[in-house]
Amino acid sequence: MIRVTLPVLITSVVGFLLVIAFFFRGFDRVNSDLSEYFNIIAAVAFILGGGNLLRMHLDKVQRRRPGWPYSIVTVIAFLFTLIAGLFKVGNSQGWTGPVEAQGSWFNFAYDAMFNPLQATMFSLLAFFVASASYRAFRARNVEATLLLVAALIILLGRTFVGGVLTSWLPQPLQFLSIPNLSNWIMSTVNLAGARAIIIGIGLGVISTSLKIILGIERSYLGGRES
Amino acid sequence: MSPAGGSLFDRIGRVDRRWIYVAIALAVIIPLMAKLTFPVITTPIVQNIFDKLDSLPEGSRVILTADFGPSTVPENMPMIQAVLRHALHKKLKVYLLTLWATGIPQLDLLEKNVLAADFPDRVAGTDWVNLGYKAGNQGVINSAFSDFPGAFPVDSKGHDVRTLPIMAGIKRLADFNLIVGIGSGFPGVKEWIQFGGDPAHVPVAAGVTAVEAPLLYPYYPRQLLGLMGGLQGAAEYEAALVKRYPEYQSRSEEAIKRMGPQTVAHLVIIAFIVLGNIAFFAGGEFKGRKRA
Repeated sequence: MIRVTLPVLITSVVGFLLVIAFFFRGFDRVNSDLSEYFNIIAAVAFILGGGNLLRMHLDKVQRRRPGWPYSIVTVIAFLFTLIAGLFKVGNSQGWTGPVEAQGSWFNFAYDAMFNPLQATMFSLLAFFVASASYRAFRARNVEATLLLVAALIILLGRTFVGGVLTSWLPQPLQFLSIPNLSNWIMSTVNLAGARAIIIGIGLGVISTSLKIILGIERSYLGGRES
Repeated sequence: MSPAGGSLFDRIGRVDRRWIYVAIALAVIIPLMAKLTFPVITTPIVQNIFDKLDSLPEGSRVILTADFGPSTVPENMPMIQAVLRHALHKKLKVYLLTLWATGIPQLDLLEKNVLAADFPDRVAGTDWVNLGYKAGNQGVINSAFSDFPGAFPVDSKGHDVRTLPIMAGIKRLADFNLIVGIGSGFPGVKEWIQFGGDPAHVPVAAGVTAVEAPLLYPYYPRQLLGLMGGLQGAAEYEAALVKRYPEYQSRSEEAIKRMGPQTVAHLVIIAFIVLGNIAFFAGGEFKGRKRA
């Protein structure tokens, strides 16, 4: 009973307090303190996250599930970064220096591994986007044609060439220039779609939050008691 | 390689993806080596940010966030460097911080490449401060809303911020004049608008990756005074900066230089899309559909 009632009670009280604090000025301190608790919990969540990552991947290795060698790489990389960071191995400024001080193993892992790996992953997107565009952007039907035309206008509109291609248009027709069309797509068509999605998400968040605060939605407790 | 058989158009439609990869690689490498650049015209959505920063009186307080990691450095770093140069040139007080663990090295790079290189006379803790990283995502912004020094109690060197001259008179987020969020995801600009700028009535300007920019248009212009979208946005800010302050021409044209390869790569992608559609309509796939 206490395993369910106590967390639901804490959630309800904190939820109501935060809602009140948002709308009424006198509750600034409550808002600030609760946010600070949130930050502490967020920091502690790193420990839980690390533990969970280790458990998942060690289990995968033990059971020889598909892709298990990659899990070994993940565990080694995690432990290396953790030990290098926690014990400030090789840190030129010793224990009191910042974790990313020059010469530290942590800094080496960031500069020599993490940085180039992330840059490479993101750079590869250019190749995949080009290949996917070639195959997917075909005017197979009306919807696909609209998507294709919009993509071409945006692609051209984001470069100098877009302006040059339509610079010959007379002043009264300048609204049809590629940069202007590109801006129109972004600030009108895209805006309408994005705003609709945001409002939808907002309503969903309010509805879910209310259900959690009122104790109707309890799946965050683990699922069994919901 | 591509399967044999079919008409020429069918074979074009099935071109091996490795040819596309080669074309894109060449489209980036050749303009980079040839140092190809194109003129950049600043659009109003970027000019608004420049004008706002330019109009702030000396000593105004500007939060500059580096909420991005190494993967988006080519897009985000030129933006944040140009904004920082501009703010320091205008003698504004700059508060650097990040909500991303991977943002710490980006702040260090800013210290090295902009603060130490271009503004060695500016004093840390008096003219600018690096508040470093704080875990907690939007919770940190919420804390800073009512108690800024409480949310960022020490700077990146471990100094108590309450002892720093730059923090004199700062109690809450509303004590700042501008927030410039440079980011590439969560937590980022959206959170700074929703939990920071909007409730505290502090104007927010943003610089984000091209992928994220469309998601932020709903906030412009009322909750977001301007938006730098991708490399193009960064180049536009640099163009505005160099136009007004030509002394930064040699140091603040990183994005403008990178726009050359991006323009050519875009043109190559467009050429492939057009070619793919010609092959689609002239080849057997479309004709077969029509018959069906």
